[in-house]
Amino acid sequence: MKKLQQNIAFWIIRIMSFSIIAVLLWIIFFIVAKGIPAISWDFLTKMPEEGMTEGGIFPAIVGTLCLCLGSMIFAFPIGIMSGIYINEYAGNARIIRFVRMMTNNLGAIPSIVFGLFGMSLFVNTMGFGDSIIAGSLTLGILVLPVVIRTTEEALKQIDDSYRIGSLALGASKLQTISKVVLPMAMPNIITGLILSIGRVSGETAPILFTVAAYFLPQLPDSIFDQVMALPYHLYVLSTSGTDLEASRTMAFGTALVLVLMVLILNLSANALRRYFSRKTKTN
Amino acid sequence: MKSGIVKFRQSFVEGMIKISGSLSSIIILLIVAFLFGEGLGLFGKSVVEEGYVVIVSKDNPIKAISSNDLKNVFDHNITNWTQLSEKGEKSLNTDIVVAYNIDQAFEVENTKDMIAFVPREYAAEIDNMRILDCGNISLEDFFLGKEWFPTAQPAPQFGVLPIILGTLWVSFAAIIIALPFALAAAVYLAELSDKKTYAMLKPAVELLSGIPSVVYGFFGLIVIVPIVQKTFGLDVGETALSGAVVLAIMALPTIITIAEDAMRSTPRMMREASLALGASKWQTIYKVVIPHSASGITAAVVLGIGRAIGETMAVLMVTGNAAVMPHTLLEPIRTIPASIAAELGEAPTGGAHYQALFILACILFLITLCINLIVDRISSKSKIKSR
Repeated sequence: MKKLQQNIAFWIIRIMSFSIIAVLLWIIFFIVAKGIPAISWDFLTKMPEEGMTEGGIFPAIVGTLCLCLGSMIFAFPIGIMSGIYINEYAGNARIIRFVRMMTNNLGAIPSIVFGLFGMSLFVNTMGFGDSIIAGSLTLGILVLPVVIRTTEEALKQIDDSYRIGSLALGASKLQTISKVVLPMAMPNIITGLILSIGRVSGETAPILFTVAAYFLPQLPDSIFDQVMALPYHLYVLSTSGTDLEASRTMAFGTALVLVLMVLILNLSANALRRYFSRKTKTN
Repeated sequence: MKSGIVKFRQSFVEGMIKISGSLSSIIILLIVAFLFGEGLGLFGKSVVEEGYVVIVSKDNPIKAISSNDLKNVFDHNITNWTQLSEKGEKSLNTDIVVAYNIDQAFEVENTKDMIAFVPREYAAEIDNMRILDCGNISLEDFFLGKEWFPTAQPAPQFGVLPIILGTLWVSFAAIIIALPFALAAAVYLAELSDKKTYAMLKPAVELLSGIPSVVYGFFGLIVIVPIVQKTFGLDVGETALSGAVVLAIMALPTIITIAEDAMRSTPRMMREASLALGASKWQTIYKVVIPHSASGITAAVVLGIGRAIGETMAVLMVTGNAAVMPHTLLEPIRTIPASIAAELGEAPTGGAHYQALFILACILFLITLCINLIVDRISSKSKIKSR
């Protein structure tokens, strides 16, 4: 009786767990199957034409890459330093708790709120207008907590004996961190950073009012230009394009490019993690 | 000399590190300052659009009119002076004559029953008319108002109740759908899986959290909306239910990850004690592991709700965005983030509509802040790391 009950329960759990994988595969296969026909060299390298029902998505790809790069330049150094501060410098437990709580709070704020904040601060108050720099800064703030937490977690895993050893050899605290602790933590930090790039490339809400252009078939000249971006382009194509039925194929293609981008970033982060963990084991 | 430079550089870098440590706090303060700074001007603003007034005859005994009545009068839902909710002691018992613009206001002969919406500068030129006090936008109108018509003239309605309820409605529905699946997956990952199946399910969950929300929205729009429409025989498939299903998929990774961590933190001793007493593995799971990790699971659920409440794009694309009081899951609803995303582009900067949307963002911010503090409290009690 007990055994039967257990078997039934376990089978229900198994089926429900694997239905999650089924949903994931459904989403991915759906987008891949419908998106593949749209993908071609022209699609990836041409400007959109005919009210976005023909042509390609080149400016959107370039725009998303610009935004990723811009937000990384802003978020990575500051985020890593902030993580170092929490794990290495902040001595007082209360301060650590406070900073960590603030980081958590920042990480929980919905992305649309960042969008409004970015619009209010960067676009209006600082006068950048709708521009790459405004969008990058907004996205940078959005991923900042992710970067901070990644760094903190990675640093936490480094055994204290390394720090003590380095300090005992006469190295200063900063030297210990930059020459011993940080290089050891780097693999984990990089893995986290790759995942955060994936996050940035897919965000739509923060760029709605800070950078994204509805239709702009040209490449940006400076960081004060507007750009198209893949996620916003997908949104436009699927809800407010000039001819929704005709732009369906384009929408599928865009969705596929977006998903592939995230997929590749995810897989490479995983591969990197495995590679480094194997390397440290053999050492 | 050289060591002096080195020392300076070192203290400079250390200074930078220390400053950057406070950055998250500074950004949160900035967010609060900017959101509230932009939004709070809404309260105390006149109900009627800036630069315009509503005028009535000097013989009309009416003293004031509520914003909702004003809208209904101009929509011809209220046609007699006696139908107004604040009529005062003696009101006219005649039909209301509505004039929308200056020409009309000058032409109307029967000015006694007239109510007109005109630019302020012309108000004095019309004989026998006086400016009617329409009051200011109040907190009560905003939070308890049931009508959201931000572009209505002459009195835009900023009642956020349907939007707030819509947000909660769809978020809770999403969590109810997601919870059984998420719990099953967490139990599976923490207790049942072997190395191979773990290596299948775990990356799948991670990938699920990596897919951009706009892709979920697209998937929902093309796949889930038609399914909902067909299954329930509806006119439109863009309903709260479609939104809830999409949000449920999106909330899965958050709940699974935290619930799994919580279950893993069950001490081995407790598990083994239960097994040694003759309990089956399943009995151990639901009598020992799940109760022990209850607070962690609660934190997971609360955090999942937080995610769902703040989700913008997917919801915007599949819920239909009708700002009405929600009654069933099979009607279109509108959420706070979707309202902001859909309307801010058209709202003139600094206007009442713009400010109302910023207040909505403040509400959203406060909700997520509360949720995070709750999770913090729960997880610090149970010593489970929240992520």
